[in-house]
Amino acid sequence: METTTGISVEMVQAIAAAATIAIGAIAPAIAIGMIGSKGVESIGRNPEAAGKVQTLAILAIAFAEAIAIYALVIALIIKFV
Amino acid sequence: MEISLAAEKIGQIGALPVTNSMLLSWVSSALLIVLAYFSTAKLAQIPKGIQNFFEMVVEFLFNTVNDVLEDEDATKKYLPFLATIFIFIIVNNWMGLLPGVGTIGIYELKEGHEILVPLFRSGNADLNTTLALAIVTIITVQVLGVSALGTFKYAKKFFNFKGPIDFFVGILELMSEFSKIISFSFRLFGNIFAGEILLMVIAFLLPFIAPIPFFFLEIFVGFIQALVFTMLALVFIKGAITEAH
Repeated sequence: METTTGISVEMVQAIAAAATIAIGAIAPAIAIGMIGSKGVESIGRNPEAAGKVQTLAILAIAFAEAIAIYALVIALIIKFV
Repeated sequence: MEISLAAEKIGQIGALPVTNSMLLSWVSSALLIVLAYFSTAKLAQIPKGIQNFFEMVVEFLFNTVNDVLEDEDATKKYLPFLATIFIFIIVNNWMGLLPGVGTIGIYELKEGHEILVPLFRSGNADLNTTLALAIVTIITVQVLGVSALGTFKYAKKFFNFKGPIDFFVGILELMSEFSKIISFSFRLFGNIFAGEILLMVIAFLLPFIAPIPFFFLEIFVGFIQALVFTMLALVFIKGAITEAH
């Protein structure tokens, strides 16, 4: 299917897939950075609670990263299905 | 270079289609069963060899679970399920990195051109596997919560009639149980599938030397995803067995 200006479906698919993952990875990256920095700071302030802080930090990072993975899966679906 | 989001079917048993990631899951399950048999065949008080290795693994998991639950009896009760999830996911992830996975296959004719259908594909690179794990985990969390608190007390967490806001929060908790299934399955699937694509692309661009750091990355990601799945299941179990405040 071609419009009069000659833009094909494949072009739009490629741009959509690239934009999805590019924009969708901004917020999780910032979030993981903030979680990491707060975790490191709180371990520095209270080394005894290092175990609990580490557990919570890993959990929070996994949740934040999952959002980036959702964006990646949508990008893959757009490109390959 | 063909990338398929869904796992390709390579055979059939009766009416059940067998996909390539299902095949690799069977291989890793068989490997685990054989290893489990041999490590417990002659249990010795001072472990050596395979029994020693698996005691290390069990001790690592026991300490991890105990740090969160802080109750040794509860840990002993919930450790088998969590350890199974961890060991199954990590062995599946790491077996997907072996040479031959994704490269050994059958040439099939599809839509006019001939493509390679790989015989093996990482077990968790199939959404069916991760969805099955997620559904089993969430149902287990509910069952463990009911067995620890009793049906009425556990249902009161979700259907809370103390006031309009509490009722709304309870319904929200119920919806979030379903969203946990989605997030569990997609997190594991996305990580492993994207890793497979990454390795394929790098091998396509620079087949020698360059893929080595990416294989290290995939080993690390495989371990972390297994750990994250287990820890998340552990935290949900802890939330389900504690009384509502």
